[in-house]
Amino acid sequence: MSPAPELAVEASGLVKHFGDTRAVDGVDLAVRAGTVYGLLGPNGAGKTTTVRVLATLLTPTGGEARVLGHDVVTQAEDVRGDIALTGQMASVDEELTGQENLVLLGRLLGFSSSAARSRAGDLLDAFGLGDASDRLVREYSGGMRRRLDIAASIVTTPRVLLLDEPTTALDPRSRNHVCDIVRALVSAGTTVLLTTQYLEEADQLADRIAIIDHGKVIAEGTSSELKASVGSGGLRVRLREPGRRPDAELILARALDTTVRLEADPVELSVAAAGTSDANRALAALGDAGIEVGEFAYGQPSLDEVFLALTGHSAGDVTDTDDQNENEEAVA
Amino acid sequence: MSAPTATMPETVISEAAVRSAVAADLHAAPISALSASLAFAWRAMLKIKHVPMQLFDVTVFPVMFVLLFTYLFGGALAGSTSEYLQDLLPGILVMTVTMITIYTGMGLNTDLEKGIFDRFRSMRVWRPAVLVGMLMADAVRYTAASIVVLTLGFVLGFRADGSAFGVLMAIGLLLVFCFAMSWLWIVLGLKAQTAESVMQMSMTILFPLTFASNVFVDPSTMPGWVQGFVKVNPITQLTDASRALMHGTEVGSSVIWALLWSAGFLVVFAPMAMRLYNAER
Repeated sequence: MSPAPELAVEASGLVKHFGDTRAVDGVDLAVRAGTVYGLLGPNGAGKTTTVRVLATLLTPTGGEARVLGHDVVTQAEDVRGDIALTGQMASVDEELTGQENLVLLGRLLGFSSSAARSRAGDLLDAFGLGDASDRLVREYSGGMRRRLDIAASIVTTPRVLLLDEPTTALDPRSRNHVCDIVRALVSAGTTVLLTTQYLEEADQLADRIAIIDHGKVIAEGTSSELKASVGSGGLRVRLREPGRRPDAELILARALDTTVRLEADPVELSVAAAGTSDANRALAALGDAGIEVGEFAYGQPSLDEVFLALTGHSAGDVTDTDDQNENEEAVA
Repeated sequence: MSAPTATMPETVISEAAVRSAVAADLHAAPISALSASLAFAWRAMLKIKHVPMQLFDVTVFPVMFVLLFTYLFGGALAGSTSEYLQDLLPGILVMTVTMITIYTGMGLNTDLEKGIFDRFRSMRVWRPAVLVGMLMADAVRYTAASIVVLTLGFVLGFRADGSAFGVLMAIGLLLVFCFAMSWLWIVLGLKAQTAESVMQMSMTILFPLTFASNVFVDPSTMPGWVQGFVKVNPITQLTDASRALMHGTEVGSSVIWALLWSAGFLVVFAPMAMRLYNAER
């Protein structure tokens, strides 16, 4: 075994065309071992195609990609030995029980029958699926299925785990479960490359983020770097009386010498503020004018704003799956 | 929201438990092509266990075929049903089991629409194992169907004049042929857009094959060009072989021809199936 390379995943000029569709159009990636890397972008941005190339399921049209130093085309077998994939479509067998799914994978990975069974039992318990282990996966909720899917990826410890939209269509609680699992995996040394449409999730989980749009990486960095690249933080103010908003707009614009955004909510305004002292000055000006502030918040720009600034369209425009709450946990 | 939140027990994911499950740091050991195939065969058998209705086609169809054809044609064609059965049963066995093979392609097509194959294909496992394992489990189904046909045949008055060994050889030959021909259905299953179109294409191939054969009637009354087709038809060769093996008569070249046909199917369609399986999707 060669010493562990610094980079778990590298891609340079990666291109994948399907006919005339340039699904991936020159992607460069450098994912340090032992970190969580987020590919963030709307549907159709090329995230899944990138992951499928890295998982050796697709052959790139151009460029190259390496997983732990192994080329995904010429050393595909070595790559397969290092990675595990949790695909966007549940990559578990619906017609088997949770237990059987994991035992099958254990056997394929070279465990004896009894070792495969005991490993399956451990994983099901750890992932909160112990009670459902003998039920068909078809009857699982979305959250349970996703947890099983991730459990299926770590029957043996993968050095690189590829998670394609691990939380899409999950209710918030199940989403938190998945986030907990990802953190536990990374603390145990696995490198995780995940794709997501959720800016918040990339922000919470990923050490570094690449924002992908139309098959290209349009920005890369840590979450704070990306936010900083868009500019200053922002002050958000909610007034007690909607009638005072025009006055407040004038005062804030004058105090900070910039334009004020009127939010959809008739009592809400937001304005760019370089630091907390600016924000304080603006709030004081409102107080001096006798405008009552119900709430305010100061923060760095959200990744949504970053996305908007970089692409000219909001990531949320294309994809909003927050309303899909039908995947409730249904453990009897 | 539909489900009442209050009645649902809280799922507890303990980070410590997950971490220790991961920290076990288990590594994969390479497994042989045979073990991998057997693991996939086990997967297919489990599906049958969970959905026993899948056995409908290997139990009800054979019974239906044997009863229908024996009693519809027996009197007219051979003077008596028991007389006809001696000739029909080896053929109906071939026909029934061959018919059942088309479910291989349909099942595969349905499977493909799910993400599970992505996982299998991204693992370091002998790639054909998924398909070979599936066919191994099918062999179990075919054996079950054969037993049903033979048992019913014996009840209705079929007497194999040859040895028990001959009967087993006939079944063995049939399984070999079905294994080989199934690669054609796998190709269709991998190529077709829907399970329905797999069914239609398979039926279009299978109907002429099974009926334009010597299973039901003596081909000597057929027009010359049909006879030509019947003669080269692998089902005819299999039926001849099956009759001869069961009744202990001269097998002639039929066994060889049936094996040659099997080899042909395997050589042409197995590589094609693997190419399609490995192809991007």
